[in-house]
Amino acid sequence: MIINHPLLGPRDAEEFVHLGDAALVDRPDWQAGDALEQFHDYLYLRDNPAGEYRELWYHEQGDRSWLVVTRNTLTHEISKVELARDFARKQGRSA
Amino acid sequence: MIRNNRIDGGLIDRTKSLKFTFNGTEMGGHAGDTLASALLANGQRLVGRSFKYHRPRGIFSAGSEEPNAMVQLRHGAWQEPNTRATMAELFDGLHATSQNHRGSLEKDFLAINDRLSNFLTAGFYYKTFMWPKSFWEKVYEPIIRASAGLGRLSGEPDPDTYDKGFLHCDVLVIGSGPAGLMAALTAGRAGARVILADEDHLLGGRLNSDMQEVAEQAAADWAAATVAELVDMGNVRVMPRTTVHGVFDHGIYGLLERKTDHLASSGGKPRQVHWRVYAKRAILCAGATERPIAFANNDRPGIMLAGAVRSYANRYAVATGKHLAIFTNNDSGWQAASDLSAKGIAITAVIDTREITPPATIKGAALVMGGRIRDTAGRKSLTSITLTNGLTLPVDCLAVSGGWSPNVHLTCHLGNRPVWDDEIAGFIPGKSLPSGMSVAGAADGDMTLSAALKSGVAEGKAAIQDLGLPPAKTKAPDSNDEHFAVTPFWQVATPKRAWVDLQNDVTTKDIKQAQREGFQAVEHLKRYTTLGMATDQGKTSNVLGLAIMAEASDKTIPETGTTVFRPPFTPVTLGAFAGSARGKNFRPTRRPPSHNWATEKGAQFVETGLWLRAQWYPRSGETKWRESVDREVRKTRASVGICDVSTLGKIDVQGRDAATFLNKVYANGFAKLAVGRVRYGIMLREDGFCYDDGTTARLSENHFVMTTTTANAGLVYQRLEFARQCLWPDLDVHLISVTDGWAQYAVAGPNSRKLLQKIVDEDHDISDEAFPFMACGAVSVCGGKPARLFRISFSGERAYEIAVPTRFGDALVRVLMAAGEEFGITPYGTEALGVMRIEKGHAAGNELNGQTTALNLGMGGMVSKNKDSIGSTLSSRPGMQGEDTLQLVGLRPVKPADKLSAGAHFLDVGAAAKLENDLGWMTSVAYSPTMGHYIGLGFVKYGHIRQGEVIRAWDGVRGTDIEVEITSPHFYDPDGGLQRG
Repeated sequence: MIINHPLLGPRDAEEFVHLGDAALVDRPDWQAGDALEQFHDYLYLRDNPAGEYRELWYHEQGDRSWLVVTRNTLTHEISKVELARDFARKQGRSA
Repeated sequence: MIRNNRIDGGLIDRTKSLKFTFNGTEMGGHAGDTLASALLANGQRLVGRSFKYHRPRGIFSAGSEEPNAMVQLRHGAWQEPNTRATMAELFDGLHATSQNHRGSLEKDFLAINDRLSNFLTAGFYYKTFMWPKSFWEKVYEPIIRASAGLGRLSGEPDPDTYDKGFLHCDVLVIGSGPAGLMAALTAGRAGARVILADEDHLLGGRLNSDMQEVAEQAAADWAAATVAELVDMGNVRVMPRTTVHGVFDHGIYGLLERKTDHLASSGGKPRQVHWRVYAKRAILCAGATERPIAFANNDRPGIMLAGAVRSYANRYAVATGKHLAIFTNNDSGWQAASDLSAKGIAITAVIDTREITPPATIKGAALVMGGRIRDTAGRKSLTSITLTNGLTLPVDCLAVSGGWSPNVHLTCHLGNRPVWDDEIAGFIPGKSLPSGMSVAGAADGDMTLSAALKSGVAEGKAAIQDLGLPPAKTKAPDSNDEHFAVTPFWQVATPKRAWVDLQNDVTTKDIKQAQREGFQAVEHLKRYTTLGMATDQGKTSNVLGLAIMAEASDKTIPETGTTVFRPPFTPVTLGAFAGSARGKNFRPTRRPPSHNWATEKGAQFVETGLWLRAQWYPRSGETKWRESVDREVRKTRASVGICDVSTLGKIDVQGRDAATFLNKVYANGFAKLAVGRVRYGIMLREDGFCYDDGTTARLSENHFVMTTTTANAGLVYQRLEFARQCLWPDLDVHLISVTDGWAQYAVAGPNSRKLLQKIVDEDHDISDEAFPFMACGAVSVCGGKPARLFRISFSGERAYEIAVPTRFGDALVRVLMAAGEEFGITPYGTEALGVMRIEKGHAAGNELNGQTTALNLGMGGMVSKNKDSIGSTLSSRPGMQGEDTLQLVGLRPVKPADKLSAGAHFLDVGAAAKLENDLGWMTSVAYSPTMGHYIGLGFVKYGHIRQGEVIRAWDGVRGTDIEVEITSPHFYDPDGGLQRG
């Protein structure tokens, strides 16, 4: 596969490490009343969609950026690649 | 036996004669021959034995689809089994032997299997080897293993070298037949960067085997001229002997180039190169493969594909027989007949399954329309055929054409399914082609020469338009055209065996049996009968097998299913995938800064991950490793020792929010760590289990240096980057790995400060008052060289770690050793390091094994509940807080002479060795020269409240069962007075 890195252009997927669901960005609030339950779901429950999927890739053999890659699990077509940091900010993790 | 079957013409070089041996018999051939064509020229019909029945087999095809003619090439370590004779180029001195027979090729003892064929039907293994169960390991498996496997490996390491390469191109053209040459020409002339790859050594595909004309030249001459033009272009890379074996996502293709397989010796150069090609566009021009017709005893040597017979005559100048018959269901059989007749080869009969007017007249040949072959004769070579009308014809070669299957393999590698085309009676590529790929020529169902030339141009033009290059003016050349018409005909009904898959000995009976027993789905059919398995992956048999299943189930072929393909197209040598990454080159070796010095000292080394670390430093007279290790421990504890600890991960953490960040990634608090101080930190995974530990030093307000364990250096860094970029994206913190930037030595023992005072420059006060336990700071050494000093201890002694830029690492170890001479300094390796940490009761990799919590490790109190850190919430789960939890303890043998073993499980005295009685396990053991007996660390249920009790360390693997006393894990200096100084 080829991942079109937002800063470095197209790179072979071999340079990257795959982590999985981009939902790992949405780490729960530790002070929530049901924090234990939320952390359980955050850590152990994953969607496994047939189709578009946002997932985290780490450019280990490159600039060490974490990326959020939107990939179709049926075709491996990659429709979007963004820096995970930008994605995290959009998810409201700036606080 | 006919000794010379050469005829006039062909594309071989008669001025270059080559000698080779087959099963020890010397034979001759010419440059341009394959082993198969040379064997046929020498009259060698019998070349191998079939897989299951050990039936005599001959050469069946003239290409990579060959199911029968599998041979072993070369001698000794170079011996290569299961090589297709049809693809092996002849060279002078080639040594070839047949395979899969016990005894000689002529008299194979296992031919008895042929008589037992009624028992060896589909599912034989599944049904027979089920019972009695005890027979499996002792009786059945050895027999199956002994008779399996076709050829034999040399059993020696592969003596050849291989390499990998990476190429980028605009257009990859796969196959160099008429469509491929026109596609490459069209794209090349437009200025595109083109790669043209073909598995054959001679480019041109079918043009080299046809007698047709292109642009008013012989087809082969036109092909040669076109290839020459492509080579001259400069922007076209022409790659003969190169198989495109796989299609991968986003325009990545795997290519295997056979560099020296056609030479007697590789001359030390890579034998094969595995290319990864990144192609913007690809045009598949892989042609089509002829398939057989099933009829009784259709597997005898001398029965061949009609196109192959034609190819041997036209390209290789070999008559495959003196009296030929043709059996066909389509017009290409007639073209073979015409070509062969024109070459002066006697055609006895043309038998066409169709009831049509004969498409041609063939001199001297009986034309049997609507004909069927009832049976054949000739054990080791065909002698006659008998038709269903009773006519028996003495022939020594039968050319069979059951139609053509487009080579759609590469279109399927990413999941596209081929679709049935009634007109050509074959599967053509489905619509969801791999992104960037198009198909031209016979591979796309364009079965005639002119259609192939035109579709090559059309796809070439489409590709350059896609790429935004100027439009091409290339036109397809004129060619004389052949007629293509086929009426599907798959099998002649017979009570005898009629072969479908020659390589796996699958007959029509097997397929009908699979149908009766419910294995009708294509995937079941394949696995039940082994149809389409093994080295040829059913290139000639899949469609025929499917058609016979369709007839047996009274369905159409599309209703029955499709055959799909996975990579590789043809077998790829594993060595080519490995390339140069073999043996020591499989991964890099990292050498710590003291490596050269340690080598001079005669150190024993140990691999820890990628690192090569000194394990101990033997002195003359020491014969056992323990002597060296015990001495290193004693001398360190008595005076001073040094150890290279540069392999620990070092991460520089800087920024206004660095302290906040560390507070989030460590379970214990770091926000209040004072400048100039070091703290031990424990890192959890988000699930609350321990992940890694280490010390972090605060060098200034916004500057920390973290250490990690050697094993987790890369992973911890990756996790920290995840936390920084994904979880807390707006913290002002930056990370960089400085593991390779600093050489770091532990200096341990009561004289460590005195030693360091000799090399640390005088303006830095490292007295105990100014530089107490857990202090850190920048210093300079040896007259102004930059250094960092940390007063931390892993050994339990007064100890320091001193770091200098890596380029000074070799000098520093020499300076320390020289300055330490007056104290009797000793270097110590990883063994002594381990012994001292066990004596001190520090957890390491054996304890931090991913299954243990801070509570297990006796550090439960370190996990702060007053802040959010990774793992803090889930570590409070009730299941991880139980009172019966495992706790880290020390263990010492009740009998001091007993030896402990890591991995032993704990049991109460008198308890049976059963899982329900398990109390925990021993994680680390060492002989302690300080205590004078073995000591161990381990996890024991209720460990802390059981201190002083005696339990058993039971080791079922090593067969030991000894009594041990539970103690504190801190055997040495339990209150830490020594390290605090």
